[in-house]
Amino acid sequence: MYDIAIIGAGVIGSAVARELSRYALKIVILERGNDVAVGTTKANSAIVHAGYDAPATSLKGKMNVKGNAMYDEVCQALDVPFKRVGSLVVAQHDEELETLESLLENGKLLGVPGLEILSGDAVAAREPNLNQSIKAALYAPTAGIVEPWELAIAYCENAMDNGVSLKLNFEVKGIDRKAGCFEIHSKDETVTASTVINAAGVYADAVYNMVADSHFTIKPRRGQYYLLDKEANGLVNHVIFPCPSKLGKGILVAPTIDGNVLIGPDSQDLTPFDKEATNTTGDRLQYIRETAAAICEVVPYKLNITTFAGLRAEPSTGDFIIEESMEVKNFINVAGIKSPGLSSAPAIAERVASIYLDINPNTAENPAFNPIRRPRVKFADMTIEAKQEMIEKDPRYGRIICRCEMISEGEIIDAIHRNAGGRTLNGIKRRVRPGAGRCQGGFCGPRVMEILTRELSLKMTDIKQEGLDSYILTGKTKRGDEDDAI
Amino acid sequence: MTQYDIVVIGGGPAGLAAAVEAREQGAKSILVIERDRELGGILQQCIHNGFGLRVFNEELTGPEYAERFIDELEAMAIEYLLDTMVLEITQDRQIIISNSEKGIQIINAKSIVLAMGCRERTRGALAIPGYRPAGVFNAGTAQRYINVEGYMVGKRVVILGSGDIGLIMARRMTLEGAQVLAVAEIMPFSGGLTRNIVQCLDDYNIPLMLSHTITAIKGKDRVEGVVIQKVDQKMQPIPGTEIEYKCDTILLSVGLIPENELSRKAGIAIDPVTNGPVVNSNMETTIPGIFACGNVVHVHDLVDFVTEESRHAGNAAAKYVMDESRSNHKGTVIRTKAEEGVGYIVPQQIDMDSIDGKVALFMRVRNVYHNASLSVKLGGVEIKRVKHRHLAPGEMVRVDIDKQLIKETQAEMTVSVVLEEGRV
Ligand SMILES: Cc1cc2nc3c(=O)[nH]c(=O)nc-3n(C[C@H](O)[C@H](O)[C@H](O)COP(=O)(O)OP(=O)(O)OC[C@H]3O[C@@H](n4cnc5c(N)ncnc54)[C@H](O)[C@@H]3O)c2cc1C
Ligand SMILES: Cc1cc2nc3c(=O)[nH]c(=O)nc-3n(C[C@H](O)[C@H](O)[C@H](O)COP(=O)(O)OP(=O)(O)OC[C@H]3O[C@@H](n4cnc5c(N)ncnc54)[C@H](O)[C@@H]3O)c2cc1C
Repeated sequence: MYDIAIIGAGVIGSAVARELSRYALKIVILERGNDVAVGTTKANSAIVHAGYDAPATSLKGKMNVKGNAMYDEVCQALDVPFKRVGSLVVAQHDEELETLESLLENGKLLGVPGLEILSGDAVAAREPNLNQSIKAALYAPTAGIVEPWELAIAYCENAMDNGVSLKLNFEVKGIDRKAGCFEIHSKDETVTASTVINAAGVYADAVYNMVADSHFTIKPRRGQYYLLDKEANGLVNHVIFPCPSKLGKGILVAPTIDGNVLIGPDSQDLTPFDKEATNTTGDRLQYIRETAAAICEVVPYKLNITTFAGLRAEPSTGDFIIEESMEVKNFINVAGIKSPGLSSAPAIAERVASIYLDINPNTAENPAFNPIRRPRVKFADMTIEAKQEMIEKDPRYGRIICRCEMISEGEIIDAIHRNAGGRTLNGIKRRVRPGAGRCQGGFCGPRVMEILTRELSLKMTDIKQEGLDSYILTGKTKRGDEDDAI
Repeated sequence: MTQYDIVVIGGGPAGLAAAVEAREQGAKSILVIERDRELGGILQQCIHNGFGLRVFNEELTGPEYAERFIDELEAMAIEYLLDTMVLEITQDRQIIISNSEKGIQIINAKSIVLAMGCRERTRGALAIPGYRPAGVFNAGTAQRYINVEGYMVGKRVVILGSGDIGLIMARRMTLEGAQVLAVAEIMPFSGGLTRNIVQCLDDYNIPLMLSHTITAIKGKDRVEGVVIQKVDQKMQPIPGTEIEYKCDTILLSVGLIPENELSRKAGIAIDPVTNGPVVNSNMETTIPGIFACGNVVHVHDLVDFVTEESRHAGNAAAKYVMDESRSNHKGTVIRTKAEEGVGYIVPQQIDMDSIDGKVALFMRVRNVYHNASLSVKLGGVEIKRVKHRHLAPGEMVRVDIDKQLIKETQAEMTVSVVLEEGRV
């Protein structure tokens, strides 16, 4: 019996778990995927917004500004790269200048620090690759970029370091309310818990429906992107937004923390049945190109390495839903966490913890809580002396597996055996980046598979690229008669 | 710090031939560094026949071809390190390496031979809208899974690109019981050798669809199908030509690209067309004492050419070690330039002092030509013309120029395609 079951291991579920691991509680995270951070958290703009655009009275506005301010400390403790590169909302004509003014006013109301309107010349000096037609921009120095899945993985790992359990491949199919607890069922297992925290992303309405008649629905709103190679690094130095419209923040051009460039997202409402539709489509990608050209005409699309799409969890209420259910005691919804959900994650986690503590005022602290996540070894960035020392301690750091990103076997093994470790090719790639370089895994893929099989006692044919059905190998070759057959 | 006369980076056929030749020319301390667990380079996964016709006058498999050189290397007691990665080389010829046995080491070399080979092109090859399912492999990676690891990658296969590795893999997968449905090539001609098209596709009734490309991939977790479409002259898909294939695997064979991160970091000039170091007729790069050969310089389709070129580089490296004044850029230098119909020429410059007898020019043409000639000019004056019944981008051409034909001038040497009876 757990004190708390958290459903969903995206950045929200993971951040909540880590925050609650400060207390002497028995907590389990239930995730239907075969890894953490495989939902919306792995496919978004990766921006820690400054927070000037949501209505000053909204919960998402408050959470964003507060969350943004918490990022330095969180990323420092969890060893997650984060950079405050600042953002620019650019205006092209007089009407848009008014929009900048009202964003500035709104930002001030919300307490966003350092906002400033820059002239067209000042923008050109900072961003020489943007179109000449830009007249002015709202500069927000506190906007930043982060790797969202790394943050989620780090939150989850640190939560587990502090005693939280994680059950992967656990799709919650039904929840029974019993006296004083909930029985939570997957297709082959049942978990009981006194409190349920619903952080199931686009499926939060379905999960809530398992215990109550939902008073909200979540619609998937898809956003697609182009991702350019690191060669495009330097195209822009800040996160560049057009002026926002009813549809959202618009199509942005932004650097990523790894040095790539991101262009997108569009905004397309899908039907409630399309919660798996993370595919990109030719027409929308074309639309993204055309729209982005209004702010930057020189985007080098020939450096495109991939396109991807994420689903915003668009709530019928229009705002984040972070509250104990009024119908079902001890059931806390953390739903409708659309953008700026990533930016808000640290603040949302605190808010959820305080809701829990209000319901359970006698909760004791966890005396062993340690907020620090053991830093990852980044072999490529170390000095020769540090490398030497590392290899002396553990010779596996001397064997380079990924030649494009210079990643050692030691780093890969560490990524497998840490709490919330990687178990798939893409899972390893998200953690230590082998295969994310120029060869896209052509050389290191087989080596990483070999390491996975050895470290996890799996068969080669068990290894997945990503999801449960994404098998890579289909079986053994006809050994033996090879030589004369060829 | 350890000191060697010659350090060879990469233990593929290029590195092996260079090392063996350098020893034959009298170089004493030679070290070959290989990051893989065995010598032989990419040949170790090419278990098909067809290697060595030029060099050994017989047909060998890749591993057999490599073995001949490995045996020589062993017989000559040339030192080598396996499972060892070269992390960096510097202008003053220091080499920083890493392995799990001794950690990081720094090695000094009088001369370095770069023989790092190439990798497969991927980027942008498949920037197709859709999901990102498993089941999309580089042909060379699939070759490794099948021939080295002993695992199959799929059952129903479509191949994009008709490079040699893709063609070879079409046959290999078929022999392993998979069904290869088609090879789609966006260009109006194949980038592979004619012999491979005949022996790997035609013999197995696998259709080669020229001017076709993949425009959609079905499946979310694993590939479930592809849509192939014909393209127009601007390589844009033509509506109404869609054909859908049910398959679980896509192999990409869209070209190779020389692996020059180390060279770039060291400050060696790179030719933007070959993606390899700019070299002179001695296979010496723009840094004196650093030589390069094999696929790291330009992509070869036949390993035999790699061997010849690498022997040449090994020879020059040995001579350099004995007499550093032999370095490049000393005497008269003639630049080579690819003109009409020719994609590139290696070497990019001819150092008159360094050539004895003749100089070999390697090049690729840009298009398919029948009954055409290659015209070599020096300062605008034709000095040689070679007739070819068939020229294609997939087949590297070698043209030898006798030294006595080359007057010592500062002029450029150009090569162009001259059509004799019209282009086909
Ligand atoms: C296109 C786009 C761009 C965005 N850009 C930004 C941005 O720049 N900045 C920003 O701050 N925010 C941005 N966001 C929002 C941000 O990505 C989300 O707010 C955040 O990732 C939400 O995290 P989550 O944990 O709630 O959801 P998810 O990451 O989706 O996690 C939910 C998890 O629940 C699991 N789950 C679902 N159902 C079940 C079940 N029945 N049983 C067990 N597990 C289940 C899922 O598998 C999933 O892992 C963007 C979103 C999109 C779509
Ligand atoms: C997948 C593939 C299939 C081919 N099939 C055929 C064929 O069927 N017939 C044919 O005639 N030709 C074929 N070729 C071409 C032929 O094999 C090559 O031309 C030849 O192998 C090139 O030799 P090389 O030594 O230049 O490169 P490689 O054989 O690639 O050797 C380079 C070596 O350098 C090592 N290396 C690279 N970087 C480092 C570093 N930093 N530190 C240490 N070591 C390093 C590599 O591990 C590798 O062993 C094929 C090529 C490829 C890529």
